[in-house]
Amino acid sequence: MASAASAIDARGVSKVFKGAGQDEVRALDNVSVAIRENEFFTLLGPSGCGKTTLLRLIAGFDFPTEGEILLHGENIALLPPYKRPVNTVFQNYALFPHMTVGQNIAFGLEMLGKPRDEINARVTEMLKLVRMEDLRDRRTSQISGGQQQRVALARALAPRPKVLLLDEPLSALDYKLRKDMQIELKRLQHDTGITFIFVTHDQEEALTMSDRIAVMSKGKILQVGAPHDIYVRPADRFVANFIGETNFLVGRIASEKAGKAKVELAAGGTLSADAPDRGAPRGSEVTIVVRPENATLVPSGKGDIAGVVENVVYFGTDTHVHLKLADGSQFIVRQQNATLASDDYKPGQKAGIAVAPGTPRILKD
Amino acid sequence: MATKLRTFDVKAQPGFGTVAMICFFMLYLPIAILVIYAFNAGENIAIWEGLSLRWFVSAWHNDTVQEAAFRSLFLATVASTIATVVAAMAAIATTRTPPYRGLTFKYAMINQPLMVPEIVTAVSLLIVFSRFKVWTGYNGLGYMVLAHTAFCIPFAYLPIRARLENMDLTLERAAADLYATPWQAFRRVTLPLLVPGIIAGFMLAFVISLDDVVITEFVKSGGQETLPTYMLGQLRRTVTPEINAIATVFLALSVLLVTLFYLVNRKKT
Repeated sequence: MASAASAIDARGVSKVFKGAGQDEVRALDNVSVAIRENEFFTLLGPSGCGKTTLLRLIAGFDFPTEGEILLHGENIALLPPYKRPVNTVFQNYALFPHMTVGQNIAFGLEMLGKPRDEINARVTEMLKLVRMEDLRDRRTSQISGGQQQRVALARALAPRPKVLLLDEPLSALDYKLRKDMQIELKRLQHDTGITFIFVTHDQEEALTMSDRIAVMSKGKILQVGAPHDIYVRPADRFVANFIGETNFLVGRIASEKAGKAKVELAAGGTLSADAPDRGAPRGSEVTIVVRPENATLVPSGKGDIAGVVENVVYFGTDTHVHLKLADGSQFIVRQQNATLASDDYKPGQKAGIAVAPGTPRILKD
Repeated sequence: MATKLRTFDVKAQPGFGTVAMICFFMLYLPIAILVIYAFNAGENIAIWEGLSLRWFVSAWHNDTVQEAAFRSLFLATVASTIATVVAAMAAIATTRTPPYRGLTFKYAMINQPLMVPEIVTAVSLLIVFSRFKVWTGYNGLGYMVLAHTAFCIPFAYLPIRARLENMDLTLERAAADLYATPWQAFRRVTLPLLVPGIIAGFMLAFVISLDDVVITEFVKSGGQETLPTYMLGQLRRTVTPEINAIATVFLALSVLLVTLFYLVNRKKT
């Protein structure tokens, strides 16, 4: 009874690796996620969070200890990789070194037993799609890293998979090329209409490319949502911390009215934010997050919170001002340089922090 | 002048050059003398009487030498071919598997001919095969082929296994991902990438078989001389530079094969 709209539907998937001796590693812990058709879906998390394990289970290189993986409603969890209409772009590309670019791209189609003419036409089409028409007869060792990346993409897309898996494919490229490939990947996903599942530890990459992101940690999915949702409404401390820079403030609920809660901060001052769904009893301790770009520096005595400037870091487009608050915690304010003169604030100086209304979030902890 | 401090360099030790020179001298002087006297015009392997190719010509026209040479080449070809096939299968079986108890023991068993003194293998084969010869009445080259195959296996196995271990496993995974069945993945990806290792293993086995004396001497039946055992036999009689000539050709062939082995191995890494 799978919903037809799901390309991949993982249900209660766990993967336990038997380590050396008696240790067991629970790489995935009862993970459930539904990935929609034609979606650019990103699994984001630090190394060891289980994102690659989940990808390998979808590809068929490993099998889940528990749970099922549905592909368009059919359980594929125990099928070998060559029986799954799913292709992978590997982190190191894994191009066949004894074949030309064209032969690499043709490989999957040959294995599917497609006729010669069809294969040739499809290879031409794929080379055109990744803008590599001239390099069809080159050896894979004779082309650059960025070109190898494109061949790996073309090879994986050629058999028209239902889902394309990408395992940190951009990590080996330099900064400029990585930026270009991000746009290129987005274009390919749009042009082909294939569901992309992209694995990365780079939050910026995830935010710029994805339709939806699943943030993972320690074998669990912590939050699934659109980039904007995840950035603006992080579910917990880990997500808030992992995506972008964040200030964490500890406080107590002072009052709650019409879904808005007033929080008295340990560092002094009050902030108001949407009350947590579970309700907010008065006096309960909460953590509140404020993004650095939602705070501005104001003269001492004004604003919502008071602090002392510790450090001023210049970033070209903007400046990060690190402050110490009354309770000893750190607070970072990011201000565009267009609105801040470089010598406005100096270490040791007292300053006020004004927080844009509506931006603070109370974490559900 | 920059002086390197505290970096240990064995080449800077006193006497290193001298010792190295003596070693090379001791290694290659006898071979050089052997090769030089192959071109001796005289009848003696120790008295130089002028330059000539007569002993090469004489060896070439010697029917016994020809026969032994062909037998040697036949034996080396058949034995190293079988050994390479068996070794390749063993190498795949011992590398494409998760480690398990007893795997190291299997490595040791496969490489056992490298460890056991050749004379032990030779005597044991002599005893076993003499029984077989009585029982079956068969006296042909089969015993030699079997014996040579057996001691060639580890030599073919080692380079093939090394190649398999260095191969990127994601290539086989990529093949499976692109709808190749395990057999197709092996046939289209693993095997082509394994070819340099297989060639290297074959050539090593070939050379080892070609110049084996001890085991061959014990296993051979009457009239089954190989080139090395023929030469050993000749040394018991009058020795002419013909032996030098044969040895020189042998040497050239071995050097050629080892050089090819080196080139094949280097090209792909």
